[in-house]
Amino acid sequence: MELLLAITIGVLVSTSVYLMLDRNVLRFLFGLVLLSNAVNLLIFTGGRLTAGAPPLIDAGEYAPTGVVANALPQALVLTAIVIGFGLLAFTLALVYRTYMTLGTVNSDEMRVAEPADESKLDTGRLGMGKANPAKPATGQEAGI
Amino acid sequence: MSWLLVYPIIIPLLTGVLAYLFRNSPAGRWISVAGTVALLMASIMLMAEVLEQGVVAAQMSNWQAPFGITLVADLLGGVMVVITAITGLATVIYTLSEIPERMERLGFHALLQMLMVGVVGAFLTGDLFNLYVWFEVMLISSFGLLVLGGTREQLDGGIKYVMLNLVSTIMFLAGIGLLYGLTGTLNMADLHLAVRGVENTGLLTTIAVMFMVAFGVKAAMFPLFFWLPASYHTPPVAVSAIFAGLLTKVGVYALIRMFTLIFDQDVAFTHTILLWLAVVTMVTGVLGAAAMNDFRRILSFHIISQIGYMVLGLALYTPLGLMGAVFYLVHHIIVKANLFFVAGVAKRIAGSTDLARIGGLYAHAPLLAFLFLIPAFSLAGFPPLSGFWAKYVVVKAALDLEMWFVAGVALGVGLLTIFSMTKIWGSAFWPAHPDGIKPRLSDLPTFDRVALMLPIVALAALTCLIGLFPEPFVQFAERSANQLLDPTDYVTTVLGVQP
Amino acid sequence: MQSLILTTTTRLLAALLLMFSIYALLRGHNLPGGGFIGGLIGATAFILYTIATSVDEARAALRIDPSNLAILGVGVAALAGLGAGFAGDPFFTGQWLFLFQDGDSYIPLSTVLVFDIGVYMAVFGGILTLVFAMEQEI
Repeated sequence: MELLLAITIGVLVSTSVYLMLDRNVLRFLFGLVLLSNAVNLLIFTGGRLTAGAPPLIDAGEYAPTGVVANALPQALVLTAIVIGFGLLAFTLALVYRTYMTLGTVNSDEMRVAEPADESKLDTGRLGMGKANPAKPATGQEAGI
Repeated sequence: MSWLLVYPIIIPLLTGVLAYLFRNSPAGRWISVAGTVALLMASIMLMAEVLEQGVVAAQMSNWQAPFGITLVADLLGGVMVVITAITGLATVIYTLSEIPERMERLGFHALLQMLMVGVVGAFLTGDLFNLYVWFEVMLISSFGLLVLGGTREQLDGGIKYVMLNLVSTIMFLAGIGLLYGLTGTLNMADLHLAVRGVENTGLLTTIAVMFMVAFGVKAAMFPLFFWLPASYHTPPVAVSAIFAGLLTKVGVYALIRMFTLIFDQDVAFTHTILLWLAVVTMVTGVLGAAAMNDFRRILSFHIISQIGYMVLGLALYTPLGLMGAVFYLVHHIIVKANLFFVAGVAKRIAGSTDLARIGGLYAHAPLLAFLFLIPAFSLAGFPPLSGFWAKYVVVKAALDLEMWFVAGVALGVGLLTIFSMTKIWGSAFWPAHPDGIKPRLSDLPTFDRVALMLPIVALAALTCLIGLFPEPFVQFAERSANQLLDPTDYVTTVLGVQP
Repeated sequence: MQSLILTTTTRLLAALLLMFSIYALLRGHNLPGGGFIGGLIGATAFILYTIATSVDEARAALRIDPSNLAILGVGVAALAGLGAGFAGDPFFTGQWLFLFQDGDSYIPLSTVLVFDIGVYMAVFGGILTLVFAMEQEI
């Protein structure tokens, strides 16, 4: 069983690396999703696989009776899934917003912050203070 | 006693909650200020306790280590929390003038406080998975702060920052999973003991390198730093400053913690990699800075170069080297945040951060020019400022090991640092403004002038203080380095038993 | 989307889902359930309502800004941890109060439950913030 899971993790990681080598940031994001799933499986396998009951303690008892599964990796994976879900949702929104603003998802074409001709750079339009408001930002407001 | 460790985390958390609920009124920003002052007081109380006891630990929910979550502060953790609070307070005061109301209404102050929660949590936790969670808290808030406002540059830089940091996070998580599979524990003190019984040392070294890559991305080490110069110059200056001061240092802190407490069984291999990475990091950072023509982009590249010095101190792995790393860490947070603040004021009164488009700051704002020179010289390592002692200790440690080449590179990089500082001086401060503007501080409204200059003056004073009276700070760094190299005290305090 | 069947069933289902979410929240300490799951189920009710009607109507039905609810939940959870301080225990130690004790039957109240309620609010508010933003965007 460990071997099967190890192979699955390997396949997932290699697929995700392939996806992450793409210039399309959306594909990169899909690669990240796969990679985080691979890592969750890795933690799960790292906690050893046991054919045990769910780690629940019966009423009136203070310790589980019989063989139960290792609860810690489950807790870790659950936390990692929740955090991963939040991060990926945020990133998806960011990619979408970037596409709407910059008109591209190709990372090679994203040269606004680091233009080849540095004199074209004009950062920090924001935050010029309350007293003398900055000239309006050309990008849309991110509602994040 | 255990509550002293909780306050620095819970105070910014509750402040963030209140600041968010009051985000539509001016009360929000003053809550943020008050909360950060409280954080500073709590962190000083914690530091006093740590100085007295050596190591302070607390078990959350009364679950004994290694089963529960442990919060622990040793000298390094304690001082980092104090510095976080100082930088946080400086930033919050600076934002009073800089951040427009429409960004406050999007929850700016809540994000800032949550960032501090994550940073402080990362410094105080004694559990590896908990460290991952704090990293995530820090990361999510930093994502938010970086793209809040949503200009084209911010989104462009944000994408690169977010993507590369996510990869590093997943790498970190994979390392945690493998380490847990190998040792069966995630408590850092317990791991210190557990890794000694591991038979498969090859796998342990592999895991060590995974952690090195994960934290290397966070710390912006060569060749993993590309997200930093792509993004740090895009958000508002206050955000740049707190990022530059704190975020990469959390990566360095994690490197120091992991590679002294847990991965010290194959020093010849892991620390040699760190050594050469540190050297290349120093050089690439400073060369990148020399090629830039924007105030904030120069400073961004300098962060990378300075990270090299800190990692170098760790890689040398002698008491003197670690002492230098600790001293450098503290000094650099103050100085770098301050330089970004200066860049922000320069932008505010002279109109740009592009060095070709500004000038005249020396003639019309001599106070600002003077306050620029203090952190700039400190960064380059001029005596008697704090940077001199930091560089001196690291270079001395390299010389003691007879690593002439490494020491030579460290000194040469210092020289190039002066070059780019001179470049800033020579185009932003010295010549007249190309558009004929007279950038005067007195043109700013009084409130803005105070809010912008107060953090700069305070941080510059701190730099001078460390520089002129280095004795207690050096002694402190030495104590901290000894504690890092011999973590018996740390382990006993956390586990509550003699190992 | 305008569908009479969906709108009608949603009115019934949403109430049922909200009630079930509270049930899942309350049984969570000793049995499967808890604040996280409860929050998800509760959010589902409003997501369904959003699909059946519109974001504006769902917002109006919720009355409170979901992002405020989420951050309030974080605050409630943190305060539940602070509660242990009054009893002189370390942070987050569960404090219990058994009401109407009569033999084996009692109503247990605890800071653990307060924490779970905080999690419920955070998850509920967080998911809805995200869903509303996405619904309006696309």
